[in-house]
Amino acid sequence: MSYQQARWTEPLIFELSKPGRTAVSLPEKSPEGVNIPKKLLREQLGLPEVSEPQVVRHYTRLSQMNWSVDSGFYPLGSCTMKYNPKICEELAALETVTCVHPRQSEDTVQGALELIYKLEKYLAEIVGVSRVTLHPSAGAHGEFTGMLITRAYHKFKGEEQQRTEVIVPDSAHGTNFASAAMAGFSVVVVPSDARGRVDLDALKNAVSDRTAALMLTNPNTLGLFDDQILGITDIVHGAGGLLYYDGANLNGIMGKTRPGDMGFDIVHYNLHKTFSTPHGGGGPGSGPIGVTRELERFLPVPVVEYDRKRDHYYLDYDRPDSIGKINGFYGNFGVLVKAYAYILLMGAEGLTEAAETATLNANYIMRKLLGVKGYELKFDSGRPCKHEVVFSAEPLKRETGATAKDIAKRLLDYGVHAPTYYFPPIVHEALMIEPTETEPREELDHFVDALKAIAEEARSSPEKLRTAPHATAIGRLDEVKASREPILSWRMHKKSRPRMPTSSVEIIREMRARS
Amino acid sequence: MRVGHPYIPNTREIREQMLREMGIASIDDLFADIPEKIRLKRALKLPRAMSELEVKRHMKAMLAKNKPFTQMLSFIGGGAWPHDIPSHVQALARRSEFVTSYTPYQPEASQGMLQTLFEYQSMIAELVGLDVANASMYDWASALGEAALTCARITRRKRFLIPKLISPERRVTLQTYVVGPGLEVAEIGYDRKTGRLDLSQLRAQLGQDVAGVYVENPSYLGFLETQVEEMSDAAHKAGALFVVGVNPISLGLLKAPGDYGADIVVGEGQPLGNPVSFGGPYLGIFACRGEMKLVRQMPGRLIGMTTTLEGGKRGYCMVLATREQHIRHERATSNICTNNALCAVSAAIYLASLGPQGLRGVAERCAANASYAMKKLNAIHGLKAPIFDAPHFNEFTLNCDGTRMSIEKLNSKLLERGIQGGISLRREFPELGETALLCTTELHSREDIDRLAEELEEIVGGQR
Repeated sequence: MSYQQARWTEPLIFELSKPGRTAVSLPEKSPEGVNIPKKLLREQLGLPEVSEPQVVRHYTRLSQMNWSVDSGFYPLGSCTMKYNPKICEELAALETVTCVHPRQSEDTVQGALELIYKLEKYLAEIVGVSRVTLHPSAGAHGEFTGMLITRAYHKFKGEEQQRTEVIVPDSAHGTNFASAAMAGFSVVVVPSDARGRVDLDALKNAVSDRTAALMLTNPNTLGLFDDQILGITDIVHGAGGLLYYDGANLNGIMGKTRPGDMGFDIVHYNLHKTFSTPHGGGGPGSGPIGVTRELERFLPVPVVEYDRKRDHYYLDYDRPDSIGKINGFYGNFGVLVKAYAYILLMGAEGLTEAAETATLNANYIMRKLLGVKGYELKFDSGRPCKHEVVFSAEPLKRETGATAKDIAKRLLDYGVHAPTYYFPPIVHEALMIEPTETEPREELDHFVDALKAIAEEARSSPEKLRTAPHATAIGRLDEVKASREPILSWRMHKKSRPRMPTSSVEIIREMRARS
Repeated sequence: MRVGHPYIPNTREIREQMLREMGIASIDDLFADIPEKIRLKRALKLPRAMSELEVKRHMKAMLAKNKPFTQMLSFIGGGAWPHDIPSHVQALARRSEFVTSYTPYQPEASQGMLQTLFEYQSMIAELVGLDVANASMYDWASALGEAALTCARITRRKRFLIPKLISPERRVTLQTYVVGPGLEVAEIGYDRKTGRLDLSQLRAQLGQDVAGVYVENPSYLGFLETQVEEMSDAAHKAGALFVVGVNPISLGLLKAPGDYGADIVVGEGQPLGNPVSFGGPYLGIFACRGEMKLVRQMPGRLIGMTTTLEGGKRGYCMVLATREQHIRHERATSNICTNNALCAVSAAIYLASLGPQGLRGVAERCAANASYAMKKLNAIHGLKAPIFDAPHFNEFTLNCDGTRMSIEKLNSKLLERGIQGGISLRREFPELGETALLCTTELHSREDIDRLAEELEEIVGGQR
């Protein structure tokens, strides 16, 4: 093990500024002046002034201080950090994608509409739904859209006033609660049973004629497939509610089972997880949703339709029961191009192989780590998991005082990104590990060895964990202060001086003084 | 030996070996907990897997049915604006350390993304004249929806006022966003001569129930609102928040909304170094005054500056996460999680590259081109450009009531000549007659505009 991230003392771009510098050249000005009264014009603009080589060096250095899938293993649970094929980036960068305007005449965007139409069909087949919309910009946006469709459905049936509750398991992703609330529902939480599944008795008690929907991810956030799923769908449907599928955890079941066949009415996808479009440091993603035939009428406008006779794709706005629009145009088209390419590259066989291998890799880590002192499974040990596995580091904490966070930070020193930790909340000292199918076995072995070594370190040299990470661009930050006295921009920073070392020169001087 | 999959390093042989070591007979055993009834017993019905070469050929052919504006002269804008993206901006934003990273949950290993986003927030703050900008929303329309919800949370009021002259995309998205808390969205009319928001109507509508007043500057139809201070005063007097929507390029020239009383600024960050890409991914700008009363109600991720625990080094991390869904669940300020961070990276690099002079230069060229185009087109018999007597930025209206042609007909004649005309406003604003919305940016040369004028002259003239 030998890892060291780049460690530049890189000032803010504002601190590189000198009057008169620029990184662009512009075409000659039109002889017509600007015809805007002076009182509407601004007097000054506080942007930095830097040259092109400086901009390039600055952001290249910053990029070198950023962990990514292309840098190494990224087993962040529920985030499906799989490798993103480069060809997808190349295709999304074509001029026939980037230079096409969303309001161009239909005749000039037939390729884009065809891609949308076909991608919808492929995605519908993968999860077993009737129709898909590609509009939502991210997973949570898809959830919000799904909840608005739930509302529209109950309104259509004359039960909008009555059906005000959405049921969410205690192990759910945080977005589920927030999306339901944003659509105006109140949230009812159901507990998990001893095996990490939805507690069926509690669910029976929770449903009523107020139930609008249940939001569920299966496999759940423990990585376990809820084998009582058909009982769950019966209970919710029996009470008149809809079933919403959170697609964050789809990667372990593609080609093996389909949410639509489980009885879900609304299914969302995270194209930036399962379908390998990159995460871009937090986005852009894409969160399409698929629905049953009964719910198609509520999908956002416009819907892409195909006129076979004219061999012509078109945008259909004439959908009176639609929930409306959830963003400006038709979704993150540049992201959709990558997902479409990925599905063609994988085919049915490839997607199934991905799901099987992702599941195998997670189980491999589970088996290798099971019995290692310091880590344990809280729920249903021994049962196979799917795309991810959640260990508890509670035994190690009891024994040595080291927390899941300490372990996660120390993993960074081993050249591995931390797993998701402290989630799901039903597992104390949780380490949520999702290896995906794109890691070689050697990497999985290295990860397990690192966790073993860290458990040993927690006993022999606990200081190494408490002060980790050491090999990253920077050590642990004062996150409490960052939120208590927030400095959110250069403007605020300038006002708050001199609480903070301000320039690289000062930082270096202070560092020297300290050492 | 069977050749493995290019993206799956564990070959069938390796997988079998792993299974053997785990004491598992078959991969199917790992899926045995899926009830028999819902197991998929057939292959998914998808096209067969293709090689990279085949995918490239297939998709390039399909996408070649699109006509990009690089292959035809286009004057389409209306909320998505084509601009030149300097080569180094694209090269840097495409670095895979940025592209293939997740949300920076481990700040120690993600300083690059965090500092870049902090710089993005900082440059947007300078541009709009407010202290705080978040690390991005999906796009302008959804940012507007979130702004209305934010105003309602802060004021505990339920009415939100918007201009009648607004893009249908934004209006409908806003309506969809406010369904949850049941806000009422009301429209304020405009002055028929200048297009400006009708101040007396605004004052009449402002009551104790109004959470926010929203105006766009430049407006959807390109003219500038010249009474923004009055609007801001009126809103504040009624206890409402003042929200301004912007095309950020215009702020290279125009007064910052924070300097005329805006509490919240939203806008479309796409023109800052992001391509139009058939509608997305774009960049929702969301900024507000630095008062904690507002900041605590803000949606989305915020990056803050701090120091290392031992105090010696400056660093960046996500802050005020207690507003967000993963901590606050159903009491979060928004459900947003994944945002459009990479588009914000492009915007940061774009703004840093242009600087104050460069952005001013781009804005001047956009506006000067529009100014020239209006002069040329207005000189054509039967055409009027613009229809409003007001200063304009880079978009303007073109009316052809003086010809016997509909605006759609005019546009289709232009398209026959290889020119994409403006957006027809006939369905959106029938009261404006046969009118289209046209856009110019720095991409247009004087010759491009001359060509548009010549073709229009011929089309209209041939008609007489």
